Amino acid sequence: MAMTEADFRTRLQDWLPKLVLAPSFAVTLLFVYGFILFTVVLSFTGSKMLPRYDWVGFENYEKLWALPAWTTAITNIAIFASLYIVICTLIGLMLAIFLDQKIRGEGMLRPIYLYPMALSFIVTGTAWKWFLDPGIGLQRILQQWGWESFTFTWIKDGDMAIYTIVIAAVWQTSGFVMAMFLAGLRGIDNEILKAAQIDGASNWQLYRRIVIPLLRPAFLSALVILSHLAIKSYDLVIALTGGGPGRATEMPATFMYSYTFTRNQMGIGASSAVIMLMTIAAIMVPYLYAELKEKKA
Amino acid sequence: MSVATQDTAVSTGRITRAFIYLVLILFALFYLLPLYVMGVNSLKPLQEITGGNMMALPSQWTLDPWRSAWSTAQIGVEPTGLKPYFLNSILMVVPAVAISTIVGALNGYILTKWRFRGDTWVFGLMLFSCFIPFQIVLIPMAVVLGKLGLAGSVPGLILVHVVYGIGFTTLYFRNYYASFPTELVRAAMIDGAGFFRIFWRILLPVSGPIAVVSIIWQFTNIWNDFLFGVSFGGTSQPMTVALNNLVQSSTGVKEYNVHFAGAILAALPTLIVYIVAGRYFVRGLMAGSVKG
Repeated sequence: MAMTEADFRTRLQDWLPKLVLAPSFAVTLLFVYGFILFTVVLSFTGSKMLPRYDWVGFENYEKLWALPAWTTAITNIAIFASLYIVICTLIGLMLAIFLDQKIRGEGMLRPIYLYPMALSFIVTGTAWKWFLDPGIGLQRILQQWGWESFTFTWIKDGDMAIYTIVIAAVWQTSGFVMAMFLAGLRGIDNEILKAAQIDGASNWQLYRRIVIPLLRPAFLSALVILSHLAIKSYDLVIALTGGGPGRATEMPATFMYSYTFTRNQMGIGASSAVIMLMTIAAIMVPYLYAELKEKKA
Repeated sequence: MSVATQDTAVSTGRITRAFIYLVLILFALFYLLPLYVMGVNSLKPLQEITGGNMMALPSQWTLDPWRSAWSTAQIGVEPTGLKPYFLNSILMVVPAVAISTIVGALNGYILTKWRFRGDTWVFGLMLFSCFIPFQIVLIPMAVVLGKLGLAGSVPGLILVHVVYGIGFTTLYFRNYYASFPTELVRAAMIDGAGFFRIFWRILLPVSGPIAVVSIIWQFTNIWNDFLFGVSFGGTSQPMTVALNNLVQSSTGVKEYNVHFAGAILAALPTLIVYIVAGRYFVRGLMAGSVKG
């Protein structure tokens, strides 16, 4: 070998960064993209309890869309995601605007609004499960306080149970959305507001015409984060309703799990996972692409 | 951007202000309600819940539900309490957070200070991996963990959490290091400092704020994870899975007070982290995202 030690060291220094990054990249390629490919392949096979490699074409997808349980799951995620996103955004925006009015005790209120985000969905689910239980929770509390005709049985009612998931999920994340909007509000230049006030704009006009349009980036981040959380929601459903009563609160995430691991319909489970991924990718890829491009520029 | 220093120039009338305070306080009560319900009812004997009012303070204070939840409650088939699962979670969280944070720091350092052709692509691919629904990797992961002999073990869970955590930690460190002057790194290179020396001496000493963000983020996510725990936990299930088993158990009397005590136990570590370091989290996050 003609290479001197010094040569070797400079070469090593050139390669070192790539060498250190390589394991992470390899792991990502294998455990993320390789696995996605694997699941996509499985979704075209007749896998039942264990992976099999007999090609069945689109059969699983056809079966999937014909299953009433999947229709329920899709309907539920549509109801849940839209209500969850809209209510979280409205509450978050309102609280942020209100907190921004030189509020005494802001330092105390903010952590109270934010702490639910630190909890596990299982904890949130447990708390709300019993609080909304007609036998011991809200219904009974109000009846004992004297409102004897009060009933609240949503969590036991197949048509209404999905809304209890919305309540618990909004409770958990709306404070976080508030924080995003508050950061946006604090970034707005007061001079713009003062100028508009001199022009005689009312507070309502000020917010509707100037502040809210300026919060566009915060709206976008909130939308992306909330829709992503909504589609992934699994733990909360399991803890709060277990997918019930009956299968009334089935969601794509719970559907995928039960078909794959308890009903031994791995092919169908895989195809439902592929649909979940495609939905999230349709939201995330354009957003991430725009973010990365912006950062480069 | 500094939080809470610059208030809006908008001014409001007295009645509006009263209304605003009212709404803010009502929402504070809404957010505190479940915590109050859990706390109060975990300190009551069971008959005070089933026969009394959930909102009432205990007439007979007791720590028995806490003792039961911690060491004797029936979890699945074993009357072990949540203690062993709490330990599982600790054994899983600590290494997983440490490894993913260190790896993320090195990745962020390379992606900003040792740039190479295609690095944006590498980063983009790692970034997207943060947002996949984990359902898409559950089946292959089960197969691979089985082949590696790690199924149902704490090391298996550590592996899973590191693999799906490095995307986020890389993102945080990359955005943070991007604002660090590259000239300083260049100067050190000219002085003959190597790859690790520059990282150790120059980048690491300023990494405090973003390390806090990364650690809190990873700690909360991994501690609170349920899907991986229930899929791959086997006999080493983490706290969240055990809590769910406790609450959903269909045998015997539903011991609500024990469930609430268990829920608080499961929430305590992340709540403590949030109370102690929450402000640094928001501050560090802003430093990273605004400058990046």
